[in-house]
Amino acid sequence: MSQDEVLATATVVVAQTAARTEVQTATPAVAQTGVRTTGPAAAAPSSATPSPWRSVISRIGGTLLVNELRTMFRRNRNLVLLAALAAIPIAIGIAIKVSLRHHGQNAGGFLAQVSNNGLFLVFASLSLTLPIFLPMALGVVAGDSISGEASQGTLRYLLVAPVGRIRLLAVKGVSLVVFCLVSTAVVSLAALLTGLALFPTGPVTLLSGDSISMGAATVKAVWITLLVAASLLGLAALGLFVSTLTDTPIAAMAVATGVTILCGIMQVIPQLSAIQPWLYTAQWPSYADVLRDPVYFSGIEHNLEIQAGYVAVFTLAAWARLTTRDVSS
Amino acid sequence: MSTGAEVVGAAAPVAAGVTPVATGVAGGVKAGVAAQADGSVPAIATSGLSKRFRGGQLAVDTLDLAVPQGAVFGFLGPNGSGKTTTIRMLLGLITPTAGGCRLFGETVDASRVSTLTRVGALIEGPAHYPYLTGRANLARYDAADRTADPATRARRIDRALEQVGLGSAAEKKAKNYSLGMKQRLGLACALLQPRDLLILDEPTNGLDPQGMREIRSLITSLAAQGTTVFLSSHLLDEIEQVCTDVAIMSRGRLVSQGSVTQLRAGQRARLTVTTPDPADAARVLAEQGGTDVQVAGHRVDCDAREDLAPDVVCAALVASGVRVLAFGVERPSLEDAFVALTGEGFDVAG
Repeated sequence: MSQDEVLATATVVVAQTAARTEVQTATPAVAQTGVRTTGPAAAAPSSATPSPWRSVISRIGGTLLVNELRTMFRRNRNLVLLAALAAIPIAIGIAIKVSLRHHGQNAGGFLAQVSNNGLFLVFASLSLTLPIFLPMALGVVAGDSISGEASQGTLRYLLVAPVGRIRLLAVKGVSLVVFCLVSTAVVSLAALLTGLALFPTGPVTLLSGDSISMGAATVKAVWITLLVAASLLGLAALGLFVSTLTDTPIAAMAVATGVTILCGIMQVIPQLSAIQPWLYTAQWPSYADVLRDPVYFSGIEHNLEIQAGYVAVFTLAAWARLTTRDVSS
Repeated sequence: MSTGAEVVGAAAPVAAGVTPVATGVAGGVKAGVAAQADGSVPAIATSGLSKRFRGGQLAVDTLDLAVPQGAVFGFLGPNGSGKTTTIRMLLGLITPTAGGCRLFGETVDASRVSTLTRVGALIEGPAHYPYLTGRANLARYDAADRTADPATRARRIDRALEQVGLGSAAEKKAKNYSLGMKQRLGLACALLQPRDLLILDEPTNGLDPQGMREIRSLITSLAAQGTTVFLSSHLLDEIEQVCTDVAIMSRGRLVSQGSVTQLRAGQRARLTVTTPDPADAARVLAEQGGTDVQVAGHRVDCDAREDLAPDVVCAALVASGVRVLAFGVERPSLEDAFVALTGEGFDVAG
């Protein structure tokens, strides 16, 4: 029970859900008579499950979360988005390979390193997809998350199923976190496989000049993937909020994808220097600091703080909006 | 409770004993659960339920509705009279501006939805994930209900699909369904679990005649098993066939609530004679004690009071030399009562 509680308070969303929702009753027969267990006794069904992780899953959405993820990753539109993301590193890898053969030319930055070491295709691909392609894919999925349900009318049926509104928001939020992770991992994996297939491998020279082994560099690649995924969380929360505002998914998607471009523009206007450090894109390039020895944490920490702030603010805003909204679609 | 409700004239809202319900439930939810056994807690009770939309339009105006458990309750009203807004408030989708509603004595609003596990609903037509199969759609809605047992899910989905006749189309994607099939899938969703209350908004919309009959008999059989059915429909024949009680809304207000018989009783049956001798016929009817005798061309009619035996009247007409082409008692339909209460106007209320 105490372990459950610790896990349940791990995130704001989870804590809210745990506090507000009643615990699943074990038998439908009991549910039918309207009798519900509450309080300490109610923990029995969840503590009966073997792993505490499952208990957390059951609290934040249970089978609905599983169903949401399955629906998300079976939907053709999302699969096309992921396939497009996977195609980017493959295309870059082939382009570098071809240009090497024909012109012997070399690009700058991470791209320059790719022909020496295939692992650098991971870093190059993430640095190319993070500013535009990853946020666009996420913007589509996040903007659609609630407004899509509203526009096709399924929101009302989910709510009367019934799903508590906070639970629905938690399920959508967690599934967006999973999408951030999966979309970034797809880019990394496609890049890793392409890089290993097309280019030589060996010790990796870091930005700070040191050289580390391939294994150590792969670990760094995993960390970078996680940091890039985390960099997207602020946008995910923003998209989720925008999605609660409208019944028109295309509008929410346009806002959620367009706002990253807006941030990019604001980043280069000198007069806006006061707010630039607080844009969610401000510290996006900070993940590259992992490729130093010792790792330079200041930018990474700032980035995570910004993302946490955006998640807190926009999750609360989405909560305030969804729980008070009239669902008339 | 509502069985005692009188059918009242237009524009007067019915206060059908809702106040004692509200105070009774205030005693505690436990009391409410105990009281369900003898059916004293209404399945649906609203008191002073009102909704004013942001534009200022009063969609529902101090609605006092009482639906007894076990009733098949018809909820009627012209387009735009506030039926769907009421249903959305009952289900916690829309927050009332004033008043409240209880399902089985328990409040339902945006933050308290647990009672809804006992309710199956079809609201303003079905809605599905077009890219999922019929079966996957039902699985998703079932997964959303945390009291639904995942172990029995597949079996319950199969059963619900069979009940609405969709068994053979279960693996088709919902976007390839016809209107009637979508409607059936929506009904299947409401039937995933044994429910205590079904709120069905236009359940036979888009169905073929066979489908309509099947759904009607499904509703009747569910009601026979004790499920309370709250049925909104424009098909008054349908309401007449299956409903025990009705409420009629007009311009956001409840204009009538009671049993179907009571409602029809508001409209008197008429004794009608078709004859080439209308003047003579009118005289005979008056002599026999007929009141409100009216002549329109070859048709003469009067109130069919209980003491006016049709066979005696007919014999009297013939004895007086009136040539009778047709004779009979015209029972008023629910449609007549409906039109009398909500007006003839064709334009929707603004």
